Amino acid sequence: MSALVFSSLLFFISILAGLLGAMTGLGGGVVIVPVLALLFKVDIRYAIGASLVSVIATSSGAAIAYVREGLSNIRIGMFLEVATTLGAVFGAYLTAKISGHWIAIIFGVVLLYSAFSSYRSKVDHLIPVNPNTLASKLKLTGTFTSFEGTNAYSAEDVPLGFGIMFGAGTLSGLLGIGSGAVKVLAMDQVMKLPFKVSTTTSNFMIGVTAAASAGIYLARGYINPTIALPVMLGVLCGSLLGTRVLVKARVSILKQLFALVVVVLGCEMIYSGITGRI
Amino acid sequence: MSVPTDHELELSVAGMLRFGVTAAAIVSAVGGFLYLRQPHLPVSHYKTFHAGSLDLRTISGIWHGAVHLDPRSLIQLGLVLLIATPIARVVFCVVGFARQRDRLYVAVSSIVLLVLLYSLSGGF
Repeated sequence: MSALVFSSLLFFISILAGLLGAMTGLGGGVVIVPVLALLFKVDIRYAIGASLVSVIATSSGAAIAYVREGLSNIRIGMFLEVATTLGAVFGAYLTAKISGHWIAIIFGVVLLYSAFSSYRSKVDHLIPVNPNTLASKLKLTGTFTSFEGTNAYSAEDVPLGFGIMFGAGTLSGLLGIGSGAVKVLAMDQVMKLPFKVSTTTSNFMIGVTAAASAGIYLARGYINPTIALPVMLGVLCGSLLGTRVLVKARVSILKQLFALVVVVLGCEMIYSGITGRI
Repeated sequence: MSVPTDHELELSVAGMLRFGVTAAAIVSAVGGFLYLRQPHLPVSHYKTFHAGSLDLRTISGIWHGAVHLDPRSLIQLGLVLLIATPIARVVFCVVGFARQRDRLYVAVSSIVLLVLLYSLSGGF
């Protein structure tokens, strides 16, 4: 395949991934690695390098839209970034220690989890809160305005949430993904923050988490310019486009279709990892 | 200077992020254009991993290549700019928290910044 054809194909498939990822909320980065590894037969280390770069681009590029909503909480985000960045550095070290087969298998499991978590109910925990001492000391509180009025919220079970965030960071550094689904799990399910606060704060955290492993990836040569560039530009264009059409399009059918694609890719990654094809 | 609210802080940060991403995309796209314009493009082999030369793996090497308009170095410079945007975001937060006289969060965001700088130095 000539370089021009290869770059163009990568670019267009990345636009599609970014578009579908943004429209369905599953994230574009999550399908980039399996598509590169399974379809384009690119070594998994180049694939996770390119994916990580595109994760940073979408997180930073979409930040302004999230900030305008005024729901993200920078203190909660920054506090949890201590855990995710340390986890990301640890994850980036792990990629050099474990084989590509294992990376593929873990990746497959994470894909299946992402598809599953997109179907979880999105009910807010608007229970009256009595901030626990740890949350108040660390200022992990805020107010959330919705149709029903303004509610105060406060983080619960901070140590467990912090621990899961370390895990989210490790996955991000190991697999080159944003691991937004795990971050939302920690904030929404464990720390009982309102769902909208969790998702917008998660988007802000994803870029910083990814940057914590990107430096190590760069030094190791995982970030190959000729693969990373078309992927990054494609995912960025696709996801910026996707956030614009989000409001207009009916996404439920699309979401089911994309979740199905993610499940198929997840199974294929696990199978390829076990049989040693990746 | 007045003390910024959290929301004002976030808005200035988000504006900076958008600027950073745009600059990064332009620099690397110019590199990509120069790369594809080369008369004899090598046929790509990405099936097996090679770490590649240090010129594309260290910031000084990338900078050296980019000022000589080497296409791959220019792409890589754009990607380094991109990696730098979330780091700049944390720097903004350190400054913003300092202006709010929130010592605890100056400390928290400084820890995050140190981890990021450690990674960017190649993790040695």
